[in-house]
Amino acid sequence: MDLEKVKRHHQRKQIFKKVFSYTFLIVGSITMLAPFLWMVTTSLKNPGEVSAFTESSWRDWIPVSFVWKNYARVFQAVPFLRFYFNSIFVTVCTTVGQVATSAMAAYAFARLQFPGRDKIFFGYLATMMVPGAVTMIPVFILLRYLGWVDTYKAMIFPGIFSAYGTFMLRQFFLTMPRELEDAAKIDGCSYFGIFWKIILPLSKPALATLTTFTFMGSWMNFMWPLIVINTHEKFTLPVGLSYFQDMYTTNYTLLMAGSMMMILPILIVFMFNQRFFVEGIKLAGLKG
Amino acid sequence: MKKWFRRNSVQEAIAGYTFLLPNLLGFILFTSLPVLASLLLSFMKWDLLSWPPRFVGFENFIHLFQDPDFWKYCWNTVYLMMGIPLGMGGSLMLALFMNQKLKGIVFFRTIYFLPTLCSGVAIFMLWRIMYNPEFGAINTMIAKFGTMIGLNLQGPNWLNDEAWAKPALILMGVWQSIGGYNMILYLAALQGVPRELYDAAEVDGANSWQKFWAVTWPQISPTTFFIAIMSVIGGFQGGFDSARIMTGGGPNGSTTTIIYELYNNAFVWYKMGYAAAIAWVLFVIVFIFTLLQWRFYGNKVHY
Repeated sequence: MDLEKVKRHHQRKQIFKKVFSYTFLIVGSITMLAPFLWMVTTSLKNPGEVSAFTESSWRDWIPVSFVWKNYARVFQAVPFLRFYFNSIFVTVCTTVGQVATSAMAAYAFARLQFPGRDKIFFGYLATMMVPGAVTMIPVFILLRYLGWVDTYKAMIFPGIFSAYGTFMLRQFFLTMPRELEDAAKIDGCSYFGIFWKIILPLSKPALATLTTFTFMGSWMNFMWPLIVINTHEKFTLPVGLSYFQDMYTTNYTLLMAGSMMMILPILIVFMFNQRFFVEGIKLAGLKG
Repeated sequence: MKKWFRRNSVQEAIAGYTFLLPNLLGFILFTSLPVLASLLLSFMKWDLLSWPPRFVGFENFIHLFQDPDFWKYCWNTVYLMMGIPLGMGGSLMLALFMNQKLKGIVFFRTIYFLPTLCSGVAIFMLWRIMYNPEFGAINTMIAKFGTMIGLNLQGPNWLNDEAWAKPALILMGVWQSIGGYNMILYLAALQGVPRELYDAAEVDGANSWQKFWAVTWPQISPTTFFIAIMSVIGGFQGGFDSARIMTGGGPNGSTTTIIYELYNNAFVWYKMGYAAAIAWVLFVIVFIFTLLQWRFYGNKVHY
């Protein structure tokens, strides 16, 4: 067999494979990006331009005049800045609260001995598969009796305590070596000291994962704020945006400008923390 | 020595309870008691205003199972889950393409992740407008494609058409999830397949197709199973946000899912007991699939 020929054949095959892969990935990327592009262009059009869409050509993807005013009008139509503030406030409180309480409970489950520990942990495990829909109604009734409906507390507190977060962090803590803790114990370090100075710094990847997921989940949560909040001043972005849609059902330029403003902050946060997302998903998948 | 030891373990127990307390309180208040409460509630009739709730036995459940609309909503929920295999197949294919030494892979990964990252109300609003039959992007493209090949093509009425509303939601779901979590999980799984297995297959003269079915597919089966079960569990509880933003559950209830029906009963019509009964039916379904997952993990999957 002619070795040169085989080698050349192999090389050609590799190049073909590369070209094919790139073509596939690029066509796919265009499909992924086109709706976003459409969102941007629609948000910058005059309302009249949108409905004239069918008559003309591919140039529709570029607005004739860039109507930046649409964005200003969104702020005039609804208290958008207020929605931003509410979303950030609720998301940050929920995330910090959930990571803190989960980490503490996970430390207790993973490292400390106390009567009833395994029974309580089994209780946590058992409720992990209960759909949120089951607890939603009684929690709402409870909040009503506490007088918390239509308050920030109603959005924050039920989201703080997570059996899943506790479980995930416990599994992670269990994989950590005990030697450092033992050394610290001999040096007379308190349990809180061990937790704060040894456990937490060593479990940054797991904490980052939980933080990322809690943050995203809370930021996008639509149903719960919709249930417990009635006044506009306390709407989070998703609820506020949906309310905005109910007001301007057919004003597509304004709706798209509003949508753009909702996804821009997420994009910016993502650009700086991409690594966390990818690593976090892998970690969550392996632990699950 | 023994005394010292005992005092130490008491201290440890106190520390344990202290660390656990905040989470445990919340757990009792917002999870375990509500689970019991909702079970009780499912045997009652209550509109939230009158007191006390009226005990009605199994009436809610009987009513539920005799309601043809509820069965329709269950069917809708299952129908919408047809997007799961589609999306998973797409994610796997994408992961296979990305699992190569190509320049710019991180860039592509970012682009494919964008729809997942931005998912939520904003994206549903975007797709509602894109599905507009007259000037939405989708039908405009179909019409233009038609002109290109010399036909007068007209896209369907998407979200306003009972037959097309569900396919429209599925299409959007596939677009949104294809490059998301599942793709990254698949990518991680592919990178974990031992190189030797491929070498061995190559020595045996296997082509790419055979290598995929004989090596890759069985090796990544735990991931496939994990994704499938999680998606099904999520799928049974899904469909609220998109229905609320895009279709209002219509046309003619064709995009109303179980969770949307639950929301309406509980928070629009204040039929708390009936809604709790729906929640428990949902719970039983999810429970069955969770058991399935545990069984399967116990027996079949090797690491």
